[in-house]
This record gives sequence, C-alpha cells and structure tokens, in this order.
Amino acid sequence: MSGTSAPGGVVGAGDRPARRRPAWLDRIAALFGTLAVTLFGLLLVTFLIGRVVPVDPVLAVVGDRASQSTYDAAYIELGLDQTLFEQFRRYTARALSGDFGESLLTKRPILDDIRRAFPATLELATVAILIGTLVGVPLGVWAAVRQGTLVDQVVRVVGLVGYSAPIFWLGLLGLLLFYAKWGLVAGPGRIDIAYEYSFTPITGLLLIDTAVQGQWAAFRNVVSHLALPACLLGYFSLAYIARMTRSFMLAELGQEYIDAARIKGVSERRIVWVHALRNAAVPLVTVIALSYASLLEGSVLTETVFAWPGLGLYLTNSLLNADMNAVLGCTLLIGVIFVGLNLLSDLLYTLLDPRVRRGS
Amino acid sequence: MSTAGAGTGKGAGLREWLLSEQPASRRQARLGLGYRTWLAFRANGLGMVGLGIVTALILVAIFANVIAPHDPLIGGDLRTERLLPPSLDHLMGTDELARDIFSRVVHGARLTLLVVALVAIIATPIGLLVGTVAGYFGGIVDTVLMRLTDIFLAFPRLILALAFVAALGPGIENAIIAIAITSWPPYARLARAETLTIRRAEHIDAIRLQGASSGRIIWGHVMPLCLSSVIIRVTLDMAGIILTAAGLGFLGLGAQPPQPEWGAMIAAGRRFLIDYWWVATMPGLAIFVVSLGFNFLGDGLRDVLDPKADR
Repeated sequence: MSGTSAPGGVVGAGDRPARRRPAWLDRIAALFGTLAVTLFGLLLVTFLIGRVVPVDPVLAVVGDRASQSTYDAAYIELGLDQTLFEQFRRYTARALSGDFGESLLTKRPILDDIRRAFPATLELATVAILIGTLVGVPLGVWAAVRQGTLVDQVVRVVGLVGYSAPIFWLGLLGLLLFYAKWGLVAGPGRIDIAYEYSFTPITGLLLIDTAVQGQWAAFRNVVSHLALPACLLGYFSLAYIARMTRSFMLAELGQEYIDAARIKGVSERRIVWVHALRNAAVPLVTVIALSYASLLEGSVLTETVFAWPGLGLYLTNSLLNADMNAVLGCTLLIGVIFVGLNLLSDLLYTLLDPRVRRGS
Repeated sequence: MSTAGAGTGKGAGLREWLLSEQPASRRQARLGLGYRTWLAFRANGLGMVGLGIVTALILVAIFANVIAPHDPLIGGDLRTERLLPPSLDHLMGTDELARDIFSRVVHGARLTLLVVALVAIIATPIGLLVGTVAGYFGGIVDTVLMRLTDIFLAFPRLILALAFVAALGPGIENAIIAIAITSWPPYARLARAETLTIRRAEHIDAIRLQGASSGRIIWGHVMPLCLSSVIIRVTLDMAGIILTAAGLGFLGLGAQPPQPEWGAMIAAGRRFLIDYWWVATMPGLAIFVVSLGFNFLGDGLRDVLDPKADR
C-alpha cells in the first residue's frame, strides 16, 4: 500500500505540544488529533479496497441482463463517472452521516443490519472480557509472586496454549464434547426458538432483557447458549491478560516502596493485592481495553462456529456473498470501535496515572 | 546462533576455542558469541521443544512425498474407504472423499510453511523500509509514514485481511498478500525505534562525512543493524500468521479445495463433526502443535536474546 500515502495537509494534524497548558490536556488534544487522522485513514483504506474489487459494482446493482442504458444510468447514479477524488469525497460525506448503502443480501440499510447484529457481539465480548479479567488477573499475580516455580511455568504454558490453539477448532471440539456428547450446554445460536418470543427485546442484550422481565427460563437458556463461546473467548483474552499482569506485577514487586512496606510490617497479602496490584492496574487497564477490542476480531471465527448472530457472522456472510457494501461498512465500524477503545484506554491511563496527570 | 550448534560434539578443543576469552579473530568472536547464545538457549526447555517442532515441520514439508503413505488429493474406494476411523493403515482416518487424512496433513505442512515463509519475505522488507526511512529522515516523512502505519494498526488484523481477500478474491496467493499487508506495521514501528538510536551513532556521521547518499546509508548501514531485532519479532509473529491463514482457510477464503490446507480441512470436517470427529480434529491438532512450536521457540529466543523482556 505504499502508493496510498495520504494527502500531506491532513496528516500530522494536532500533534504539536504547546508550552503553557498542562501536559495532560496536551496529551488528550494529541489523542484526538491522532483519532481524526486515523479515522480519515480508515475511510481511505476502506474506500480503496472498495475500488480494487474485481466485481463490477454496477452489475452488482442492476444484474448482468440490464440494457446498456440502464447500465449507464446506474453507472452515473453510483457516481463512477466522477474523479476518484470526488468519489472519495462523496463516500466520506455519506459515511459520516451513517449511510453505507444497502445490503445486497437483506435489502436493508447497512447501518440497520449492524445495529441489529451489534448487541449480540457486545454481549458475548463483555461476558468474555469479564471472565478473562476475573481469572486472568489473579493468575498473573499468582505467577508473579511464585516466579520461577511450577505455578509460574503452568501459567506460562496455559498462556502459550491460548496463543497457539485455533479458536474455531477449539469451538468445534467444545460443541462436540459439551453439547453433542454430554449435553451440558445448549448448541449454536443465542437462544432456543421456543423462548425467542417470550419477552420483548429492549436492549438487544438478551441477558438483561430476560432478567429485567423476570423470564428466568429464557434467562437460563440464554446463559446456557452463552457459556461455551464466552468461556472460549474469555480463555483467549485470559492468556494475554495473565501474561501482562505477571510482568507488570514483577516490575512493581521489585520497587523500593515494596521493601519499605515490608519493613513497616505490612502483611504479604496486603503488599501484593493492595500496594503492588493497585500500581500494576494502571497499565493493565490499557491491556484489558485492547483485549476487549480484539475480542471483536476473534469473534468473527467464534461467531461463525457458534452461528452467533453478531457482527462477525454478518461480516462473513456478506463476504461469502460478495456484498461489498456490508463488508466495508462492518470493517469501518470495527475499525472505529477498535480506535475508540484504544483512545479510551489512553484517556483512562492519563486519568489514572498521577505522574501523567500532573505532567511531571 | 545456528552455525555454532554443530560443533558441540566435536570434542573439548573446539569448545574451548569457542568459549575463549581472547578470541584471535573476528570470526572466532562471532562464533563464540553464537555458541554462548546456543548454550543459553539449550537450557530453556520449552524453547528446545519449540525448536524440535519447527525443525520437524520443515523436515516433514521437505520429505512430504516420502512420509505420506497415500496420495493427498486422490482418495481410495468411495464405497468402502470413506470416513474410516484412525487405524494402522490410515493413522488419522479418512475423510468424506476417502482420502487419507494423515497424508493430507503431511502435505499441508508444505502450504503452512509456504504461507509463513512468503509472508515473512514480503512483510519484513516493507516494514524495514518504512521504519528505517521514517526514522532516518524524521520530520514530515516520519509523520506521514508513521500515521500510515497507525492506520493499518487501527484495524484488527483478521478483519483487514478479510476485507483484502474479499477485494482480491479467495485463494492462497491472495491470502498470503492480505496477511503480509496486515503484518508489516509492527515491524515498521520496531525498525523506526532502532533507527532513531542508530542514526545518532558516530559511524553513521563518519559515513555521511565521506559523502555517502541517504539511500546508501539506509541500505548499507542502518538496515543491517535493524535486521536482527526485526527477525526476532517476525519469528514471534509466525504463530499468529499461521492462525490467521488457517482462519482464512476455515472461512473458505484461503487455499481452495482440493488443496490440503489445514484450516480448510477443518471447515470440510465440520459437517461430519458429531459422527466422525477425527476429520476436523486431526488438522486442528496439526495447527495447534505447529503454532505452539513457533510460540515456544519465539519465547525461548526472546528470553535468551532480550533478558529484559518479560522476566
């Protein structure tokens, strides 16, 4: 992609530190500058991908039996007679107003489809990151405290296995064992059809919808569907979170304030879980936010395996049907979420770390 | 570090020569350093397991024709040999077209190695070039190139690869290109960071005073110094590359049938999962073992070569 270097005027905006203002304000301004440039880049990349598609976008709209005049009319309507720059300008304007065109598959606006699919992905990713954090952080702390022992080695191998196993394969094996063989969990999908209309969708997050309306049978069914994919995704984020927790904790435990606390007679448990962990938590927030973002990526394969009607499944279905509008809309949206979470973690970091906040 | 390992068994003389505190030549010093690195690496159990697995993968890929007992593409008798469970004749059973799964997995090693090697060959130079040029020139060049890098980093890797494959069309060549396009940004970042420290060095000033052009300095004096850390990073990434390729194959966007690509084999076996578990399980096991091997190897290498990180 070396030929796609962006026009010079836009790149590099808002990154120059000024003198007087507090450092954290500069930092936040710089972050938003970066955000604007990155979003522009996301638009440019998706636009260019849309341009290199070998599929003729006109034929995709009018079908290959259309007459020449219909073809020409559609050609002009799609704006393909304009210069590339003008096309990009229109694409940007439409994308910024939330218009990504219509899906060839569902005949609905892309944004509607995405709005419909997103809660499923959000629910799965949120439960997964909770599992990953609640298990991963203690594991990482434990490994750091017992550095070099068997516990440390086991945590390390658990992490490396998480990095190495193809998630779609583990998902299939999980379905084979826990669903087909032992019947411990429900199968693919989010909810059994028997429960699907027993409550009114409010948030689209089925756990909340069913619980609020007191539909406990449906709630249990949702949990049973959610358990396997959420544990799987949770395991994959756990691998990363535990590893990073371990190395942050090791850095903290080597500091002098830990020695000072020990000399004062603070209990070892308090030193590890309060003194050290609180400081390790600052960079850890970034790590957790990043793995939350990457769960969206991992969920493409997981959703395919579990027929989970979220963003990932929508994206793959559109891909297999050459529905480029939907593919690019999803790619752009996932990119935006990814950037947004990155920004959020940077902001949190700025607010949590007193050294950055005071700008020393 | 690969050259020195050969000498371990040749007696104490060579060992002493390698570990000598006063090397007589530059070659001896370099070999000695390699030998010490090897000794440190050898003490790392998981790293050695990883090295073993990766070596085995390479050997299997080279000798696939000799190792595979059956043809990977042409199956046996469709009436009697479909979906047979693992046995002595078919170590991993047969698939729905009566093909021997073990032979397909063995030949799949070639495809996996091909993907990893080509992605490394394409992505490493791009990352190295972007990173060194950005770091060496600084200023506006640096800003433009690094923002470009950030944009690529802003997409989750698999999503961007999916979008590229969707645009280019499915197939293993396009999958390789897509993965390479999504792999280079971290290498560019790393190369830039290295360049920023190198360009202040006195020997670079000396070369510049002799009148060398920027291109010559970057190509001849900056890039070689960045190369080793980038190569370590690529090794660490290889498991991720394998998993991405397998994911694309699983979605039907990578290697096309009848090619014995592991991800695509899992996708094919998915239909028979409940009654014929081995069809999808065996290729997945191969992916798992190989990427575990690369991860162990990368982890071990990092422990030895970069003692600061993660210890």
